[in-house]
Amino acid sequence: MKVSMRGICKAFGPVRVLENVDFTLHGGEIHALMGENGAGKSTLMKILSGVYQPDSGSVEVDGQAVAIRSTRDAEAAGIAIIHQELNLIPQLSVMENLFLGREPSRFGVIQRAAMRQQARAQLDALGASQIDVEAEAGSLSIGQQQMVEIAKALAMDARVLIMDEPTAALSAREIDTLFALMRGLQARGVAIVYVSHRMEEIFHICDKISVLRDGCFVGERVIADTGFDEVVKLMVGREIGDRFPGRDVVPGAVRLAVRGLSDGRHIDGISFEARAGEVLGIAGLMGAGRSEILKTLFGVNRRTAGDVWLDGAPLDVRNPAAAIAAGLAFVTEDRKSQGLVLGMSVRENATLVHLDSYARLGVVNGAAEQAAVAQQISQLRIRTRDAELDVKSLSGGNQQKVVFAKWLAKPPKVLLLDEPTRGVDVGGKAEIYHIINQLAAAGVAIVMVSSELPEVMAMSNRILVLHEGRQTALFDAAKLSQEDIMAAATGTAGHDTRTTQD
Amino acid sequence: MTAQQKATLQKLGPFIALLVVSGALAIMSPDFLTVGNLMNVMRQVSINALIAFGMTLVILLGGIDLSVGSILALSSVCIALMIQSGLDPVLATLLGIAAGAGMGFANGWIISKGKVAPFIATLASMTILRGLSLVFSGGSPITGLDSDFFQMLGGGYVAGLVPVPVVWMLLMFAGFWFLLKQTVFGRHVYATGGNEEASRLSGVKVDRIKIWVYTVSGAMSAMAGVVLTSRLNSAQPTAGTGYELDAIAAVVLGGTSLTGGRGWIFGTLMGALLIGVLNNGLNLLGVSSFYQQVIKGAVILLAVLLDRAGKK
Repeated sequence: MKVSMRGICKAFGPVRVLENVDFTLHGGEIHALMGENGAGKSTLMKILSGVYQPDSGSVEVDGQAVAIRSTRDAEAAGIAIIHQELNLIPQLSVMENLFLGREPSRFGVIQRAAMRQQARAQLDALGASQIDVEAEAGSLSIGQQQMVEIAKALAMDARVLIMDEPTAALSAREIDTLFALMRGLQARGVAIVYVSHRMEEIFHICDKISVLRDGCFVGERVIADTGFDEVVKLMVGREIGDRFPGRDVVPGAVRLAVRGLSDGRHIDGISFEARAGEVLGIAGLMGAGRSEILKTLFGVNRRTAGDVWLDGAPLDVRNPAAAIAAGLAFVTEDRKSQGLVLGMSVRENATLVHLDSYARLGVVNGAAEQAAVAQQISQLRIRTRDAELDVKSLSGGNQQKVVFAKWLAKPPKVLLLDEPTRGVDVGGKAEIYHIINQLAAAGVAIVMVSSELPEVMAMSNRILVLHEGRQTALFDAAKLSQEDIMAAATGTAGHDTRTTQD
Repeated sequence: MTAQQKATLQKLGPFIALLVVSGALAIMSPDFLTVGNLMNVMRQVSINALIAFGMTLVILLGGIDLSVGSILALSSVCIALMIQSGLDPVLATLLGIAAGAGMGFANGWIISKGKVAPFIATLASMTILRGLSLVFSGGSPITGLDSDFFQMLGGGYVAGLVPVPVVWMLLMFAGFWFLLKQTVFGRHVYATGGNEEASRLSGVKVDRIKIWVYTVSGAMSAMAGVVLTSRLNSAQPTAGTGYELDAIAAVVLGGTSLTGGRGWIFGTLMGALLIGVLNNGLNLLGVSSFYQQVIKGAVILLAVLLDRAGKK
């Protein structure tokens, strides 16, 4: 089994997204497709899976040219895609989702027994015997939903499986399960295209890597023969310098003090301090209550117990507006649903939080607003042709910088960051780390939640680790390993809470 | 054609449609393009336009207000009863508009604090308020409003040429344009309609915005009620039935998205004028009122389909 895409070109209007791209995939390999946001990875995979048609170029399966004009053609050729946003219908049961559109039926009446039996067999074959085929798809964890999607693809005899950022929403344990499953498929001769920004995972699971840059194919490497630095260089076309730029700030006075914070549901008895110029990292598994700490501090969730002080004064906020007035800022986890108003322009998003600063008696001073936005665009190096463009036309990294711009229009006292570099490419990440460092240097106290352990470890002064809503450790970041964090996050570190304060 | 030019053309679509329909009518009927007739059209349009301006804010939020016709009727009945009982007509008018605002406030409060879907909340208030206007009026029209001031509000002319309701409509148009384009409130309406969660997390007081918007919609409906009652010189408890559909049609024809976050008040004015011009033109051409409905519906469908095609 061999799939080759040759000389693929694709343009959307005047924008050339892919130029003469070659991509070859063999059965039984896990092949990473990398590139910065906007490099054309998704477009290439959408062409392979029949969502888009190429302007020119060809696709061959086992040396035979195939015309893929629709997702149906792709399925017939054995090519399936698992999108980052899962496509299950949450109200239907697992088995109804598995057989959607091809239900076993007689005279239009669904044969539930046959359906149940086949669904069971398919999930068991993937080692997912714990998933109940009668359960509502929406009630499963994200990892389980992904299993169902994979089962659905395999039920259609997929020999090529494209996975777009499959681990973005998974916990460490779910990722291990997914990787074991991928290896099993590999052994059965399935070819997997793995699209991800997570370098560690790619080096862990993949055999080969192909890199795109600005719509062009720049190279294919065997994982065993390449390294992190070479891949990054292929992706960005230059050295990015340090992956995590250093910070030389001595933390000052305590800005944010939290004692016994609880929300009655997700978190219980959280205590920490964040000093001026300090980055306090929060680590833990998915669902451990990391985001909930930030949401409770910001007045999104109700605080049921505990005390918070800001610069020595008690802080009691009931809603985000009050938190902002007190000097807090919150870069939320999900840029699209919580961070940006996608239908609005870069300018309108960048001034959403502090629009009052450019207004008198509720009337906006357009010139002042535009000048402020222009300054932020150059300061944060947001790459956009025009501040009036819809923010959704920007790349992930630049969208995230617009979110930062929105909060930094007035410097906050405390900045809460929830997954600040999710879905952001390597170059963009480095720029966001620079911004974080500059803010720390300016005396902002930063509390950062992140699922990427290398990021938390490199960026934080101290790290608070959560397990099931409780704090299991507070480490000095300089003196610990990933294993220490994982042990605390999975609750295997023993019962004495380990605390290493400065 | 660049994307930007295309977007501009798209935005001006309702205006172009109005020009095309007007041009066609001018050719077909010699009576259409006269100052007298055009003023007449504008006066007829003014009631729907006033309601549709408020409805534009509601739809920008991603909501809907089905109760506008009932608010119009109940506030008209209130004004007529107050004038009949000898209250100063100026004060009665202001109180009536305030009453409409109050009814809108109740809608907004139930929708934001009670977290009821706008369709359901305003469906209920549509029925309740219609019932109340029948109760207060005893089910029959209230007539005999002897007030020159009040009759001027709907029937008078400025400079002997421009009907007073047309002046109301243009003033309100300017006001809404300014509100949406130049104020923090307007920006927050777009933001909330575009992404309520992100807006709340950005410190926008989403509940307050919603309550204000429905309050404004209520006040605009009452203002339309003033114009109607003044022109008829009587308050009808059944007035305004079905007006919500005309207002929604004007907003949608104007290019405002029913899912919220996108649209503008100029489009709504064009949409209202388009509906008014069609009504007037079809009358002038002697088209039967049965067919008029068919044609109006078809035009709305066509406009929305063209809008769709243009967005692809």
